[in-house]
Amino acid sequence: MTPDQIDNVLGVGLIVIAAVALFVLAVPLRGKVRHVFRVIPGIVRLRRAIGLTVENGKRLHVSLGQSSLTGASAAAGLAALSTLERIANLSMISDRPPIATSGEGSLSILSQDVLAAAYRDGNAPEQYDPNRGRLGGVTPLSYAVGTMPVMRDEQVSANILVGSFGPEVGLMTDAAHQQQAFLVAASDTLTAQAVLYAAAEEPLIGEELFAVPAYLQAGPFHLASLQVQDILRWLVIALILGGIILKLMGINLL
Amino acid sequence: MKAPFATALAIAIGLLVLLGYFVPMPLLLNLRTILLGWAVILVAVATVVGVINLARVHWNKATRKEGRDIYSAVFLVAFLLTIAAGAVLGPTSPDFQQVVLSIQVPAESSLMALLAIVLAYTSLRLLQRRNGILAILFVFSAVIFLFLASGLLAGADSISPFKEIISILNRLPVAGSRGILLGIALGSLVAGLRILMGVDRPYRG
Repeated sequence: MTPDQIDNVLGVGLIVIAAVALFVLAVPLRGKVRHVFRVIPGIVRLRRAIGLTVENGKRLHVSLGQSSLTGASAAAGLAALSTLERIANLSMISDRPPIATSGEGSLSILSQDVLAAAYRDGNAPEQYDPNRGRLGGVTPLSYAVGTMPVMRDEQVSANILVGSFGPEVGLMTDAAHQQQAFLVAASDTLTAQAVLYAAAEEPLIGEELFAVPAYLQAGPFHLASLQVQDILRWLVIALILGGIILKLMGINLL
Repeated sequence: MKAPFATALAIAIGLLVLLGYFVPMPLLLNLRTILLGWAVILVAVATVVGVINLARVHWNKATRKEGRDIYSAVFLVAFLLTIAAGAVLGPTSPDFQQVVLSIQVPAESSLMALLAIVLAYTSLRLLQRRNGILAILFVFSAVIFLFLASGLLAGADSISPFKEIISILNRLPVAGSRGILLGIALGSLVAGLRILMGVDRPYRG
């Protein structure tokens, strides 16, 4: 087998294992099985902030980042859209519906779709306003600058920045800090994670970005996703350790 | 299930594109190329729709009866002028590009400078807000790597044992970032599978 063929077999194998595990683990969760996951302080505070925001008649702002749906960061955008859907569901009774900003045209349209679907599912389609899913800007800095007035002018008391960001996210965290608004943030890029660790009130690191919808109780498949990620992580660890042992024994498979 | 046609179409196209990556059949490869080409065109159209939506939001803010936003009016004027100039001169015209760039580059450079100040100030406040071992480690590692990247050790990296120590220190962030990226890759894989299974349907509005 050529190295390309080995890559393909490993890739397909990983996808099949993940798909089967996701399905098998999600189906029992449709019942009343309750799974306990580790506490992520940022998400605990986010749940509290959602409740307080609804109680105080303020607004939630979800920033979806700049993922292109045809690019490598598409998954971060999809996780952000799942988060937006769950937040729209949780804040359905609020006087001020949540507002979503994004830095990419397709994400902006999908955010409007997600909000429309959430309000329709909640039997409140009249609450839907297409202007609540906005494009902030199409370049990283214009997106950051276009989002900052939303944080300032729309009576936002909690900001959720979830998606693909660059270092410009520092400007957005500073704007939230100036408004004394709660902020939780997660990104798939290392530069943004470094900035967020220093700048954000509650940064989420690494794959915690993909855990946000599950922790907001988005459904059995999202909960099963976390378990599948753990299984895959152990599988990768085993493969790395196996590779090290084989290398030490002088066996080179690739 | 709501939007069954859109869901079936999304799943079918997703599976075809995925098969195109792993199965080296000319038919699947061609199909994948065509579908991705369509996706790029749709993303470009979505950007135009998004920009129209952005202009509409600013129009509403600039023309409302109470609390009119002057910056929205400035945005609209600049937006219309740019469109008019692009339409008359053509988007590839050197004159048009020079005008746009001579506004955009200084504006974005100023924002980068502002970002540098914001980040420096934020780093100073970090230990005030977080006083755990991780915050101390973060600041400590930031200082170490700033020192390593400053060029002050330019002569020392050829002398043993400094050479080995610097080499180990330079590998640490690579190892850490690989760990984080592996986690993100696994999360991305599972997020993609949820779309392929029709669990996440952000297109059903």
